[in-house]
Amino acid sequence: MGVSYSLLTVIVLLFISIGVWGIGWYSLLGVAIPYMAMLFFVTGFIYRVLKWANSPVPFHIPTVCGQQKSLPWIKSNLIDSPYTTKGVVTRLALEILFFRSLLKNEKVELREAYKLLYKPNTYLWLGAMAFHWSLLIILFRHLRFFLEPVPRVVISIQWLDSIFQGLIPALYVTDILILISLAFLFFRRVISSQIRYISLPSDYFVILLIAGIAISGVLMRLFFMADLVQVKTWAMGMLRFHPTLPQGVGLVFYIHLFFVSLLFAYFPISKLMHMPGIFLSPTRNLTNASRNHRHINPWDAPVKVHTYEEWEDEFRDAIKEVGLPLDKE
Amino acid sequence: MPEERISIDLTPPTKSWMEPTVKFRKGTYCYSAVPKHQKYLDLPYPREWNPAEEDWKLPEHWKEIILKGMKDLLGQYRSFKLFLDICVRCGACADKCHFFIGSGDPKNMPVLRAELLRSVYRRYFTSSGKILGRLAGARELTEEVLKEWFYYFFQCTECRRCSVFCPYGIDTCEITMMGRELLNLVGCNINWVVEPASNCYRTGNHLGVPPHAFKSTLEFAVEEVKEITGIKVEATINRKGAEVLFISPSADYFGNPHWFTFLGYLMLFHEIGLDYTWSAYASEGGNFGLFHSSELAKRLNAKIYAEAKRLGVKWILGGECGHMWRVLHQYMDTYNGPADFLEEPVSPITGTHFDNAKSTKMVHICEFTADLIKNNKLKLDPSRNDKWKVTYHDSCNPSRGMGLFEEPRYILHHAGNYFYDMPENTIKERTFCCGSGAGLGADENMEIRLRGGFPRANAVKYVHEKFGVNLLTCVCAIDKATLPPLLEYWVPGVEVAGIHELVGNALVMSGEKERTTDLRGEPLTKFQVIS
Repeated sequence: MGVSYSLLTVIVLLFISIGVWGIGWYSLLGVAIPYMAMLFFVTGFIYRVLKWANSPVPFHIPTVCGQQKSLPWIKSNLIDSPYTTKGVVTRLALEILFFRSLLKNEKVELREAYKLLYKPNTYLWLGAMAFHWSLLIILFRHLRFFLEPVPRVVISIQWLDSIFQGLIPALYVTDILILISLAFLFFRRVISSQIRYISLPSDYFVILLIAGIAISGVLMRLFFMADLVQVKTWAMGMLRFHPTLPQGVGLVFYIHLFFVSLLFAYFPISKLMHMPGIFLSPTRNLTNASRNHRHINPWDAPVKVHTYEEWEDEFRDAIKEVGLPLDKE
Repeated sequence: MPEERISIDLTPPTKSWMEPTVKFRKGTYCYSAVPKHQKYLDLPYPREWNPAEEDWKLPEHWKEIILKGMKDLLGQYRSFKLFLDICVRCGACADKCHFFIGSGDPKNMPVLRAELLRSVYRRYFTSSGKILGRLAGARELTEEVLKEWFYYFFQCTECRRCSVFCPYGIDTCEITMMGRELLNLVGCNINWVVEPASNCYRTGNHLGVPPHAFKSTLEFAVEEVKEITGIKVEATINRKGAEVLFISPSADYFGNPHWFTFLGYLMLFHEIGLDYTWSAYASEGGNFGLFHSSELAKRLNAKIYAEAKRLGVKWILGGECGHMWRVLHQYMDTYNGPADFLEEPVSPITGTHFDNAKSTKMVHICEFTADLIKNNKLKLDPSRNDKWKVTYHDSCNPSRGMGLFEEPRYILHHAGNYFYDMPENTIKERTFCCGSGAGLGADENMEIRLRGGFPRANAVKYVHEKFGVNLLTCVCAIDKATLPPLLEYWVPGVEVAGIHELVGNALVMSGEKERTTDLRGEPLTKFQVIS
């Protein structure tokens, strides 16, 4: 059900962009919507992160995944049971850059009636790595439209990404990877009964939306070439708040741009916020040194306790009878 | 025990999870908290009610109460807010939960357990949920949904295994804690949590053992040690001026097989001449308050520092217990610190500074004993444990809440000759829960306990069949109470013991008589080793 709703939504959005283009409202598609989307993205993004930051971390709750630092002759695990900030940074960096927890993923199977079998399951990790890294590199490549002069590193990345163009004309490696990984991420949600069961319409929607962006991008690369110099002029104008309409571009460019705008606008109100969220995750960004450094709870308040005096008063006779020491005789 | 053999099917149903459909079937849920105990702790809306009945006698404005509570918690806990917002439903956690593996109930997948709260959060706290409703995964808060919360948040043992595999570290334990905090607001908790907490608040321990009974049970243990070893060990209660205060879970001095670990402590402390005392006021290391609310956890935990201060000890040593150590390691200093009236823990026997406990001033007995063994302060005869082929169950909390992996193994390697670890996927940070933690060790929910404990038992079965393992050791009082029936059901022939029971067996005490039995009173089979 979720799939059809999402697919339908994306198709409707596609037709909206075609319709608006058909009417000729280029400035809406090319200027107003992108500006609004960016405004929504920036303010929404900051607002959400600030809202998280506004709630304190009352308790020290890292998920410890390695030997603690205790006795000096026991080798402790400095990454999975980080004792220092350096350890935490390493743990977070490996998590963010290489999805380390996902790499640990395993699949449990019920072999025979009562026999469990654990198998490494790295497909999701592979798919996620391929998708996220491709997306990052593609975004990075797009910097050439927004920076003048184009930094050398952007050019180098672009060159590296196109290294197989002798074999696959005109397509970047990341273009192919992102399409394959998106297909994988989409179909695993549709095919695996467990994943389908937990999926919400929005889970399919983001995949389809990003797929729309990737496909329109690839189409422009292969068939509906846009005048890149003109695109850059438009992009720079947008950046300098002197917007002009892009020249020498067609419908596919506008669809691409519309979907990108939608993605940016949708970002802060969606699960895509996992991107900044991981940095703030208290089970991953704290040291396992809570017996060594006191963690303060800002909303800590006195609670009603049963004091020793009250306890002694209640059990005085019994305590006396068995000859245990009393504070008050 | 269930009459029919439990059957397991992991295929999800066709009906969407968004329809709340909870059936309170016998064997799957715990009884509600008794009003007497609710009242003793001043908890809201104490009443007689039965989860299996239609009418839960909820307070009139229950919905407003819950939503207000949710708003408060969102403001208090970043974890809560963040974990509700950032899940992408990738499914990595789905088959990591022992309750899911053992029951096949999709709402036991950590992701869906959290969605139970998330769906309500979306409906009342996010604009997309308010506008798009069900399409955005939002649900109205109805009585049916509340019942579902009760069912599933008391079908999570807060073991945190899912959190290891989540790419964002989303911790279902936090979600369940929040879910329970909310249920508390309308007086819906279970008796197996509230009664021990109330007992502990009044008498000092979960079992409700009053000081005189505590003294006689300790005397009884001293007698028993004398029978086995010929040595009369010293054990004092509430003694001021001792160097160390020793705190262990109350099950240690009342439960079986905890008792033998208790004997082990007494023998060990006597042999090394530790200047220590027990306390009858702080006679509980465990903290069932943790399974209720952070406030109740803090109220119960307060006794430990208060008593250490009153007795004037230098530092505190803690016995074998799981969630007790989650509290001591991750919460106590925050709840009731700073313990500036105590000194940094130093072992009086070896002179080792426990640098890792500089602030909390509380040392785990496995850290303490491992240090003694490393410094050759103990004479151990591991062959006295030769009848046991031993494996070790990493209890959830000391593992994922602390990182206590090598200390107990080091002790086991020295206290016995035969040690075999279970498969890597089921130990250390990936350890499986006994299925009965977080207050779920009641009798009435035995079926779900056996289901939840199935992955653990299955790994035990593996080493039982492969190496002939016949003893499962652990450092958790709940484990010691709940693993025996679990193993009896899934893998008969394997017994359960604490680490310090084996230490007590192996410990050669100066001046002891020749031992003829182990701590269980069973004949020592020292010379019948077959391997």
